Amino acid sequence: MKARLAEIAHARSGDKADRADIGLFARDPETYAVLKREVTPERLARHFAVIASGPVEIWPLDNLLALKIVLNGALQGGAARSLRMDNLGKSIAAQLLRMEIEVPETLLAAQRRRRA
Amino acid sequence: MKSVRIGAGLGFYGDSWLPVRASIERGAVRYIASDHLSELTLAILQKDRQRDPGAGYARDVVPMLADLWPLAARHGVRFVLNAGGLNPAGAREAIARLFRERGWRARIATVSGDSVLERLDQLREAGETLAHMDTGADIATVRERMLFANAYLGAQPIAEALSRGADIVLTGRVADAALALGPIVHELGWRWDDWDRLAGGLTVGHLLECSGQGSGGNFGSAHAWAEIPDYVHLGYPIAEVYEDGTAVITKAPGTGGRVSFDTVRQQLLYEVHNPHAYASPDVVLDMGTLRLVDEGGDRVRVTGASGAPRPASLKVVGGYHDGWMGSGIVGFAWPEAYAKCEKAAEIVLALARERGWTFEDTCVEYIGYNSLLGANADPAQREALNECFVRITVRTKDKKLADAFGRLFPWLGLSGPPYIGTMKGVQPAKELLGIWPTLVRRELVESKLEIALEEVG
Repeated sequence: MKARLAEIAHARSGDKADRADIGLFARDPETYAVLKREVTPERLARHFAVIASGPVEIWPLDNLLALKIVLNGALQGGAARSLRMDNLGKSIAAQLLRMEIEVPETLLAAQRRRRA
Repeated sequence: MKSVRIGAGLGFYGDSWLPVRASIERGAVRYIASDHLSELTLAILQKDRQRDPGAGYARDVVPMLADLWPLAARHGVRFVLNAGGLNPAGAREAIARLFRERGWRARIATVSGDSVLERLDQLREAGETLAHMDTGADIATVRERMLFANAYLGAQPIAEALSRGADIVLTGRVADAALALGPIVHELGWRWDDWDRLAGGLTVGHLLECSGQGSGGNFGSAHAWAEIPDYVHLGYPIAEVYEDGTAVITKAPGTGGRVSFDTVRQQLLYEVHNPHAYASPDVVLDMGTLRLVDEGGDRVRVTGASGAPRPASLKVVGGYHDGWMGSGIVGFAWPEAYAKCEKAAEIVLALARERGWTFEDTCVEYIGYNSLLGANADPAQREALNECFVRITVRTKDKKLADAFGRLFPWLGLSGPPYIGTMKGVQPAKELLGIWPTLVRRELVESKLEIALEEVG
């Protein structure tokens, strides 16, 4: 079923020149497998179409149950020339956590129980 | 096994040093590695220096040491700080004045030679293209507007300064993680081609360089952030680094925050591009082989770092003048808060148009609706907002125009839509800076490197 990434993952973002970078973190190997399958460069490029002018890169890190995501050309040239309120891209991770992906029902139920 | 404990200092110019006190008092640290320079801090320091040639360093280092030095001296703690900014000698003078006033003694080392602004043309003649690292653009397009250009130096000059007996090492631009790697290598005696151990030290430096972000601050999550204990007394991360290149990340007892698998891995990947080739001047780290083991009790063991030989070039980051930003913010209360913000933006932009003003770029954001979430805000919620602010920003080469733009806003107070909030948001023109990352062969920079040691007090 569809669920926001916020329900199953953690994320933090930062900036380097005109790149926004995001770490996306799963809580367990099952969730990590879902992230690897569902969070693709194509899907991210659509989700961030308005801000990211360059390619999207992803590096899966099995040892950390994490995806390293880089949005190239996403900060209007860089934090100090950006007109945006979020010039440092710190909330880009929050934007990512809003993305909806397909999550197996059992996994989602387990995550929700864990939180309750 | 031989080991050394390093505590995180500041994570940016203006950060708090209060948590550093706890690390010194109760964290058994031998060194504080303090990062005062973000990618753009040098631009601020450049402006300071234009006004006053004695300035150009991170001024917070003086009150910081005024507060921490007596405690640090008692505990035998040494400092490594990049607070020298564009003027390490100026920072040393300011600190020396403080120490003489208070009757304190210390050996202060400065590391300089990172600035290449004055040598850009020489470097071009020596065969460096200085092209933009990411876009390949020619530096000639921005050369005349360049305000600063500094190489990221590594940990070797820091270790050297410590071996000469410095209590305080002041640097200009160095790789953030080098502030910790320097004292680690100095204490543990690693060789400079022991890539795996150096990679372990680089990992530690990276985990410490953003102060509270390594111990539960900015814990990117829904819900989980609220479970971080005692933000008010959040302790900065401390690393216990072992001779074999492994480490434990922890924090001082009795402090807030959290050091766990979840908080540490967030910092590990923060502002990293390719995690299999995290480059520093001293070693290139592959994060793919790292193991983080949460031992409980705010202790995370870090093992398995693998390193590749250091790069032949150093990264240089330049900043150049890139126009001006004009801006204003105005808010409205219910009813129709969002619609009134939209109307206000329409009015302001029409006023600008009728005056014949044109801008290179215009950005309209609704604070309380989409100023942080952008296109991923939920439009269904905007009609129901209790209140909303609109922020309009424009980009122009003309400073006067940027100033004038902000002055269009106050008029709305009496002649625009009803229930207006504040006019405090009208801003003067703000200078915009472009960033120019490039590469320079290390020997061209390192041949100018200088370490100076002075006994103060």
